[in-house]
Amino acid sequence: MANVSGSSPYLGEVPKPAGVTAARKALDSGILKGVPVAVKDIIVTADGRKSTAASKMLEPYESPYDATVVRKIVEAGAEVIGKTNLDEFAMGASTENSALGKTVNPWDPTRVPGGSSGGSAAAVAERSAPVGLGTDTGGSVRQPAAFCGVVGMKPTYGRVSRYGLIAMASSLDQAGTLTTNVADAATALGVIAGPDPLDATSVDRPVPDYRKALTGDVKGLKIGIPKEYFEVEGGAKDGGVQSEIEEAVEQAKEDLKKSGAEIVDVSLPHTKYAVSVYYLVMPAEASSNLARYDGIRYGHSVEREGSWQGSLEDVYFQSRAQGFGPEVKRRIMLGTYALSAGYYDAYYKKAMQVRTLITRDFEKAFKDADLLLTPTTPTTAFKLGEKSDDPLAMYLADIFTVPASLAGLPAISVPAGFDKAGLPIGLQLIGQHWDEETVLRAAHAYEQRHDWHVKEPPKPKEPQ
Amino acid sequence: MKIDRQAVEKVARLARLALSDDDIAVYQGQLSSILGYIEQLDEVDTADVPPTAQVTGLVNVLADDEIKNERRDKLPVDVPASDGTSIKVKGVFGG
Repeated sequence: MANVSGSSPYLGEVPKPAGVTAARKALDSGILKGVPVAVKDIIVTADGRKSTAASKMLEPYESPYDATVVRKIVEAGAEVIGKTNLDEFAMGASTENSALGKTVNPWDPTRVPGGSSGGSAAAVAERSAPVGLGTDTGGSVRQPAAFCGVVGMKPTYGRVSRYGLIAMASSLDQAGTLTTNVADAATALGVIAGPDPLDATSVDRPVPDYRKALTGDVKGLKIGIPKEYFEVEGGAKDGGVQSEIEEAVEQAKEDLKKSGAEIVDVSLPHTKYAVSVYYLVMPAEASSNLARYDGIRYGHSVEREGSWQGSLEDVYFQSRAQGFGPEVKRRIMLGTYALSAGYYDAYYKKAMQVRTLITRDFEKAFKDADLLLTPTTPTTAFKLGEKSDDPLAMYLADIFTVPASLAGLPAISVPAGFDKAGLPIGLQLIGQHWDEETVLRAAHAYEQRHDWHVKEPPKPKEPQ
Repeated sequence: MKIDRQAVEKVARLARLALSDDDIAVYQGQLSSILGYIEQLDEVDTADVPPTAQVTGLVNVLADDEIKNERRDKLPVDVPASDGTSIKVKGVFGG
C-alpha cells in the first residue's frame, strides 16, 4: 500500500463537507445557486486564495482579478469551495507534475487521478464538490474524468472565455466542466459559455439551453466509429487499447443502437500523427506564453532574496531555473527548439500543416456521422510513478483526446463501467464545432442505460 | 533524431533557462527521444497544405481603442522590486 498521507484533490485548505442535499436540489432544477465548485488552480480567483498553477513559480501568487468562468459561476450563485491540484501549468496527464501537492485516484490510492485537471476530477469523484472546473488543452478534462469515473466536458474552442486561465497553449486551451452526470455538465456549461470581450478568441454565438437537449432520444442519430482509434501503438501493454475498454465501446455501440442511433464506420487516417503534432504545437505556444515568467513582474524571482547580486540576464536565467519544474522546462525547451531558426519549417510549420489534415479528416467524417464514439484513453488509471521517468509514454496517454483538441471540437468523456481491477472506464463522444447539444444528448441517452455514474469510490480510511 | 549537447545548450540559452550539466544530459536524451518519435511527420505529404493556427475561422477580431484599466493600482502587488508605482529592473546595457 502506497503512502498516501497528505494527498488531497485540493491545494491549500481542504474544504469542509458542504451541504450536498441543497446543492443536489439546485442542480436537479438546472441552476448553480448554492452549489460548491472545485476550481482547478490554473483558473485565477481574486477571492483571497492563491492562484498557483501548481508551480513554485506562482506559489505565493494572488490574482487581482477573477477569471471570467469564475465570475460567471459566482454570479450564478455558486460558491468556489477550493482550488484543486494539477500538473504544473497543466502540463501532464497524471497530476504527478504538481510542485505543490499530491493527489491520488479516489478509486485506488496507488494510482494517478489523471491530469492535468486531476484535482477537480478527484474532488468530484470523491463527492467533495458536485461540480469542478478544469481546463483541457489536449485532454486535461476528459482524461482525468475517465480515470476518476466522472463526466468531463470540453466545449468547442471559443465557446467559453479563456480570460483568467493561466495560458499554456492558446490555440488549444479551453475551460471545461467535471460533474457526476451529464445533466450537471449541461447546467454548468450553460453558465460558463458565451462570448467575452476580454477573450478575442471567444465566439459570439447564442448559447442554447443545453438541458433542453437532454431528450433521451437519439433516434436516427448517426454515430461514427473511427477505426484508427483501435489500431494505435503505445497504449496498453500489448500495444493497443486495453481489452476491457474495447469491450466497453462494443457495449456502447449496442446500447446506442437500442436507443435508436445508427452506428457507421468512419476513417480518420491522420490519427496516428496527432500526438506528434500536439507535442510540437503545444510546446511552441507554451514556450512563448511562459516567457512572461521572467522574475521581473511577478512570480518567483531571485531578486526577492535581499542579498542577491547579478545582472538582468541572471535574473531571467536563475528565476526561471528555480521556479519551473522538470516537465515545464522540457516543454519550454522542446517548443523553443521547434521555433528556432533552421527548425521552424521542419517542425512547427510541418505540425501546423498536419493539423490541417487532422481537421479535414474530421470534416470528412462528419459528412457521414453526426457524432464520433471513441475510447477516452487507451488504458484505465495507471500506477503512481509508472510513467514519470518516460515523458514520451506519458504523452501517448493523450492519444485519443488530442485530435479533437487540435481540431477545436467539443468532446465529452462519460463513465462506461469498470475494468477487472475495479477502475473506471471512460468513453468519448466528439461532436461538430458548436454542437455541444448533440454531444450532451447522446452522452445523456447512453448514461440513462446504466447506473455507473451513481457509483461512488470507497471512502478513504482515516490515517492511523 | 539525436540532438547534441551544444544544441541543448543553445536552446536553453534562447529559453533563458540556467541548466546544470546533469540537466543538460537528461534533456539531451529526452528531447532526442521525443523528436525521434515526432520524425514520423516526415512521411506525411504536406505539399500545398496550408498551416492551421486558428480553428474556428476568426479573422481580425477588433476592439475599440479605449483605456479600461481599472485595476492598475492592484497590478504591481507582486513585483519583486518596485518604487511603489514603477517596476525596478537591473541595467539593460552592460549590467
